[in-house]
This record gives sequence, structure tokens and C-alpha cells, in this order.
Amino acid sequence: MTGDRGNDAAEGAEDTRAASSGSTVRTGDHDGEDEQRPPLPPRPSLLQIDLATAPSASPKRPSLQAKPTTAISSVDIQTLSFPDGTRGTFSTPASRSVSESVSVSGASGGQSTPSRKGRNGSEFDDATSLMSYAPTLRANGDLASLLDEELSSQSPAWKLLSSQAESVNPFEKVDYEALSLVNFDHEFDEIEAVDQKGGNEEEVLLQWKSKLKHYLILSSAGKPIYSRHGDQNLINGYIGIIQTIISFFQGAKDPLMGFTAGKTRFVVSTDGPLYFVAISRLGESDAQLRAQLEALYMQILSTLTLPTLMQLFTNRPNTDLRRPLEGTETLLSSLADTFTRGSPSALLSALECLKIRKSQRHVINNTLLKARTEKLLYGLIVAGGRLVSVVRPKRHSLHPSDLQLIFNMLFEAGSVKAGGGENWIPVCLPGFNNRGYLYMYRPSTAHSTSREDEIAILLISADKESFFELKQMRDDVVKQLEKNGSMDIIKTAVREGRPSTTDVVPGTQLKHFLYKSRANVQFAMPSFLPHFGSLLARRRLMTLYHNLHASTHAKHSHLKVLHCVNRDSVSLAWTTPVFEFYCIAGPNASRSALAQGANKVVQWMKREEERVFIIGGAVF
Amino acid sequence: MAEATAPKPSSSVKLVLLGEAAVGKSSLVLRFVNNDFQENKEPTIGAAFLTQKCNLPTRTIKFEIWDTAGQERFASLAPMYYRNAQSALVVYDLTKPTSLIKAKHWVAELQRQASPGIVIALVGNKLDLTNEPSSSSNALGEDGDGEAADGEDADGDARKVSTAEAKSYAEEEGLLFFETSAKLGTNVTEVFTAIANAIPETSLKGARGPGAASGTTGRAEDQSRVNLTGPRDNASKEGCAC
Ligand SMILES: Nc1nc2c(ncn2[C@@H]2O[C@H](COP(=O)(O)OP(=O)(O)OP(=O)(O)O)[C@@H](O)[C@H]2O)c(=O)[nH]1
Ligand SMILES: [Mg+2]
Repeated sequence: MTGDRGNDAAEGAEDTRAASSGSTVRTGDHDGEDEQRPPLPPRPSLLQIDLATAPSASPKRPSLQAKPTTAISSVDIQTLSFPDGTRGTFSTPASRSVSESVSVSGASGGQSTPSRKGRNGSEFDDATSLMSYAPTLRANGDLASLLDEELSSQSPAWKLLSSQAESVNPFEKVDYEALSLVNFDHEFDEIEAVDQKGGNEEEVLLQWKSKLKHYLILSSAGKPIYSRHGDQNLINGYIGIIQTIISFFQGAKDPLMGFTAGKTRFVVSTDGPLYFVAISRLGESDAQLRAQLEALYMQILSTLTLPTLMQLFTNRPNTDLRRPLEGTETLLSSLADTFTRGSPSALLSALECLKIRKSQRHVINNTLLKARTEKLLYGLIVAGGRLVSVVRPKRHSLHPSDLQLIFNMLFEAGSVKAGGGENWIPVCLPGFNNRGYLYMYRPSTAHSTSREDEIAILLISADKESFFELKQMRDDVVKQLEKNGSMDIIKTAVREGRPSTTDVVPGTQLKHFLYKSRANVQFAMPSFLPHFGSLLARRRLMTLYHNLHASTHAKHSHLKVLHCVNRDSVSLAWTTPVFEFYCIAGPNASRSALAQGANKVVQWMKREEERVFIIGGAVF
Repeated sequence: MAEATAPKPSSSVKLVLLGEAAVGKSSLVLRFVNNDFQENKEPTIGAAFLTQKCNLPTRTIKFEIWDTAGQERFASLAPMYYRNAQSALVVYDLTKPTSLIKAKHWVAELQRQASPGIVIALVGNKLDLTNEPSSSSNALGEDGDGEAADGEDADGDARKVSTAEAKSYAEEEGLLFFETSAKLGTNVTEVFTAIANAIPETSLKGARGPGAASGTTGRAEDQSRVNLTGPRDNASKEGCAC
């Protein structure tokens, strides 16, 4: 039983943690952990020499300023073999001495998953306290990810200091090492425009640089297409530099994937004529950032379709794509901000459903099926931002990335929300077919005030002339749902909101969790309240989830269970072929409490599966 | 078709709004339908469908309005919306000369491709950004400043298209002509009422009950240069409106 194994695993981690926290304990085989790219040469020591002997050689690039070193340690991985032949892998934080860090980084074959965090310069920082260094693009291009303190900071001293009260909530104390998030509250503030005389240029540049996350899109010819922050005047120079750099590597048939500057990770992805760049200080893995860039690309395809995009650039390689994309900046930005805020749905590429009884969902499905018009391709009922029911043809399932685009357009971006009336929206859903448009009927939202209380019936057709058929179907569906009581059931479920962790598992110390059902491509989670209600707390939670996710999803990772102890939280990731599970508790929660909570949640999910998830849906 | 128009003693008129992005099409509709205005209205995606009644002394007109998106990439969808329209509002922004050029293109396209009897109104919107005695200048003073700021002349007048120019063009082409402010509500109902009045009674379906075919024939009689396929299309399209 997987649940038991996870429990054992967590216990096992506890046993070895004490030993490992002071010095490095590494067991098990992680030869597969060579990540996306070939192992690095022992760069830290090289750089150390470079910089020690020729400190003036480091270019004074403003964007590469290094921070003074803070205490940073890396995470170690241990694998334990259980009597039954299974294996569990755990990570535990370990503060390292200089020599250890260098030797570990140099041992190319032995890199373990989370120590990617140690490979990209953090240990180097740690070990040498250099004020600045200039990573070469090439070397950094090989690095997997950005330094991240969140996962890896618990010194024995700190543990001694922290109280033993189990009731401490995650992130309750000020985390001095999370000061990188100090500006997060202003992350979404608009940057001022440079005034005509340029008098405020410095101030504006400062605001721009203080953003923790940037997304840039440009054409391979170097034309700016989109930037999350800063107007054109501000970013044009950077676009030029980035285009030059990317094209240089492109020309050498060795595409640039990413690089690190200080604590900032740059990830590049190219899609046909477009270059996408994510610049992040939030600590996502390359794979995660790349998935975000992919979503932005999907948004562009959703506006233009692939053939149109290609045609534009075939006809004129120098095309300025901003014009055909006019008005979709808000869609790109709301997607970008969803990622920056931290979205479980985006992280897991899974959908969240509204929990109702199986029989109730059955009634709703049947209502949709009965009212279906010939013209219908997909029908969705969405309430409180969660999926209630889907009606679809047998051959086509609805792709999570397509649904993300729809949700983004309808619920996040203001565009369709604000206007009166019913909308008829051409949209390309690239997961379904990136070559053509579908048409979406969006009923009037005059009566709902927010995303949270809105019950939307979205109907999608491949026939652009079918507005009135879909409108009729929608009216019929609403009438039926009201008549058979489903509308009230949906409203009640929305009003009740997500359960708290203690609703799911009474008395548990878990403060939050994510559970993804792999087969259903859906996930469930408890409310963010009360512990993660603020923008900042939620970001820190999501950062933790991103770390757990990255560790369990690194290429060739054998991680099945990851137990992670931080100064201000303990957390657990647990993956099986059936589910992915992530959870968090306060810093003083015991391993066994965490494992027990995890087991209980998983049992609850199994029991409630048919209520929590849409299984099958209404298929015609 | 019966359900769409049936029991009410009113007749419905299909109306389409066309014009460059951000000239205020949706704002005009919002003013007409909800008597509301939003300072930073988001661009329309695709098209929006709304209905609103307009009471005339002799009859009630129910407008079925297609508010189209002005952004370039949606241009190819426009025919779908104007094809069966009995009336059109072609809107420009009187602080933006290029938008009048775009409006003229739409008028030409409508005259070429839409139903022959279509009633077209040319509308110069954002009248509040001018400071002529005709527009209520006190409102301009209060909250008009924000938007007026960019293109404003020294005297606070952002008008770039003269009334005379637009009006003479409208007369040449046989269009109704209005200058409006969706923001203040100036002339908005007037535009729609004028359109309602300009629709020939005979072409109103439902005017004599649900027998829609009579509307079609009536209209054909009414329009000497009528192309028979137009109204017939019209009728069949209306069929799927219910
Ligand atoms: N001052 C002023 N501003 C207006 C007026 N009408 C609209 N606006 C503003 O102009 C902007 C564009 O208005 P919309 O109604 O969205 O324009 P639209 O023609 O529907 O634009 P698309 O949907 O993109 O085609 C908004 O910020 C409105 O607030 C007006 O009469 N006066
Ligand atoms: Mg509009």
C-alpha cells in the first residue's frame, strides 16, 4: 500500500536527518540525476580562482550585481531501501563547509536532484562571500535552476532557537532569508511612464529592476512583442541585447536555454519566429519557467492560430506582431501575473473542480446532454472559478492548457468581464487544434459581481454562425438547472468554498495541501485561508510547492517521497502513479504528524474521488 | 422565429456597430442599454450581443445590437454581423482623424455588401472632449481633463474632425449624422431613435404580428433597387435567431 510506504519514508527521513544536518550524508544512486544537460565542469572552483586572481576582470554589468552572501546551505538527498525492496528518497538540508561544497559541485556523476540549487552558484556565494561574479553565459546556460533559499535553510542553531510549540504556523516568523520577496507586494504595481523630459528615468528604471519577475517576448528579428513591465522606451535596449545573445547561440547551433545572473534566473525558449524570455527571482525551476513561457505562446496562438503566425513571418520576417496582437496584452499580463502570484492549476497543469455529490453532477451532466445542440463542441459549467461539468465529444478531451486560456480570458482578464451583453468570441484552442478558430458563447455577466460567485455556462462551437443556437441551448440549460434544483446546489457549493485542512482531516497539523489525480488531470486543495490569505503568504506557499514539484519532477528523478524541513515550515511531496501530493505544516510539526496527515488526506481523496473530481463527464 | 418576436406588439431591428478600435462603440451601447459609462472600458473581443427597446409614439422597436470589435484582427468577422443588419452605426472618434477614414471604409463596405435598404448613421463620438458651447462645458471642466489632456489644444479643445466635414460627407452618402458623447450621454438616445424612425415601417418584421414573410415582401416593395436575395437571406437568418 503506497500510503504506508510514504509513512515509513517520512519516518525514515527523521532518523537520518539529525546526522545529515551537520555534515553531508549522501547515499543511494543518483547517477541518473544529470538533469537536462551534461554535467558542469567544476565551475565554482574555477571561478573562485578567476576571481581571486583577477577580481577586476568581472564586468560591471548592472544586472549582474551579486548580493552579499547570507548563510545558505544546500539540500541533500538520501535514498533508503525498505525491506520490501522499495526505495524512498528524502532530502534534508545540510549546511556545508567550503570544501564540501566545492567537492560536491565537482563530483559530476553524483548530483542529486535538489542540489541543482547548489550547483548554480549558491554554494559558491556561500563559500567565498564574493561581492560579485560574472558567470559566463555558456556555463550558466547549463545550469538547471536558480538558487533558492526557501527550501534549504535550517541550521542546527536555528532549530535550537525555535520553540517546540507545535502550533506554530508556516511562515509565521519573519523569514530574513525570504527578504527577496520583500517587494512582492509591489510586484503588480504599474511602472510609471518615463516623462517627456526623461527626468524620472532613473526612478522608473529602479522600479523596473525591482520587479521579481519579467516576461519578454520578441521576434527572432529583434522586434519587441510584449513585456510584462515597462513601456517600449524602457525595454527596447534590453530587447536588443537579448536578441543579440539568443541569436548568437542560435547561430552556433547551440541554442541558449538559460543562464543565471546573481539570484536571477533567465530562461529562454524559442518557438518558430518567436523568442520568449522569463526572468525570475522567485526560484522556479527551468522546467516550470519554460511551462509558463509555453503558456504565453499558447495565448499568442489562441489569438492568431499557428498558420497565421507563420504566414506573417514568412511574408515579412520583420513583422511587428504587436499590431495583430493588439488588445491581447491584458490577456498575456493576466496569465503572467497568475504565474507570478503562484497558481496551483498552472503548476500541476490540472483543473480544479467544484465538489458536489456524484448524483448531483450526474443530473447536471444529463441536463447538458439533453439540451445539446448539433453545433456544440464543448460545453462547460464553471462556478467560482472551478469546473462543475464538462460536455464533450467522445473523441476530444479538453486540454488543461486550453482551459487555462479560457479561464484566463473570461475570469482573470477584464476584457470580456466588464462589458454588457453576451459575447461571441473567436478563440483558437491550441491543445484542440492550433490551426483554426472555435467560437465561444459567453452569456451576460450583468448579475454577478465577481469571479467567485459567478456561475458561467460556456459553450463552444466550431461553427461561427451558431451564436443563436448556443444561446438557445444556454437558456434551456439554465432553465432546466433551476427547475431540477441543480442551480441551488451549485450556488451552495460555491458559497461554502473550499474546505479547510481540518475539515478534511480533523485535528491535522497540515496547513495546506495539493492533491493531483493524474488520471483525471485534476487537482484538489483546501482553502488558502486562514494561513495563506495574503499575497505574500500565498506566494511563499506556492514557492514551496514549486520547489517540491521541481524536485520530484526533475528528469530522471527517483524521488517518490520528499521530506523537507525549513526554518519556518516542514513539507512533504509524495508521488505515485496515481497521484501527486504536496503538503505543508508549521515548523514544529513532527515528521510523523506530517506523514499521518498526508495518509489521511490521500484516504479522504480516495473516498471522495467521485465528488471531488469530474470522472468521465458528459460525453456524446 | 415565432419566439423571437412573437407576443410583443413590438418589432425588432437588427443593428450593427462598426468603427475603429476605441472610438467608443461599446460605450455608446452601454449608455443606450444601461445608461452607464465606464472610464476605462476594455476592448471588445469578437462581438457582443445586446438588446434594448426604444419607444416611439406609434410603435416599440426592439433593437438587437451587435457591438463588434474594432481591432484589426477581427475585421474579417464583420460581414457575419452586418450581412443581415437593417441598420448600422458607424462610429468615429472626433478627436482622431484616422478614425473617420476608417469609418468611411466601413460605410463603403456596407453600401457594397450589406442589405440594400440598410439605414446607416455616422456618429462622431467623444463630443465631451471638445469645448464648444453645444457640449456641456462644465462636465468637461470637472472630469473630462484626464482624457482630454493628450490631444488638447491650448483652448482645451481636442476636436480634430470638424462637424462640417463629417456632416457634408454624411449628406453625400445619405447617412444620418450625429455627434455624441457616450460619457455624458449627449445625443445617444437620439441616434437610436433616429434610426428607429428611419427604418421603413414596411420592412419591420413583427410589425403586423409574427407573420414574418410579410415583412420580407413589404420590404422588397419598399426598396425599388432591392436585390431579392438580400431580404430572403434576412428572413432565413432571422429564423435562426430564435
Ligand atoms: N471622453 C470620452 N471617452 C469615451 C467616450 N466613449 C468612450 N470613451 C472611452 O474610450 C475608450 C474606448 O471605448 P470603447 O467603448 O471600449 O470603444 P470601442 O469602440 O468599443 O472599442 P473596441 O471594442 O476595441 O472596438 C474607453 O476608455 C472609453 O471610456 C466618450 O464619449 N467620451
Ligand atoms: Mg467595444
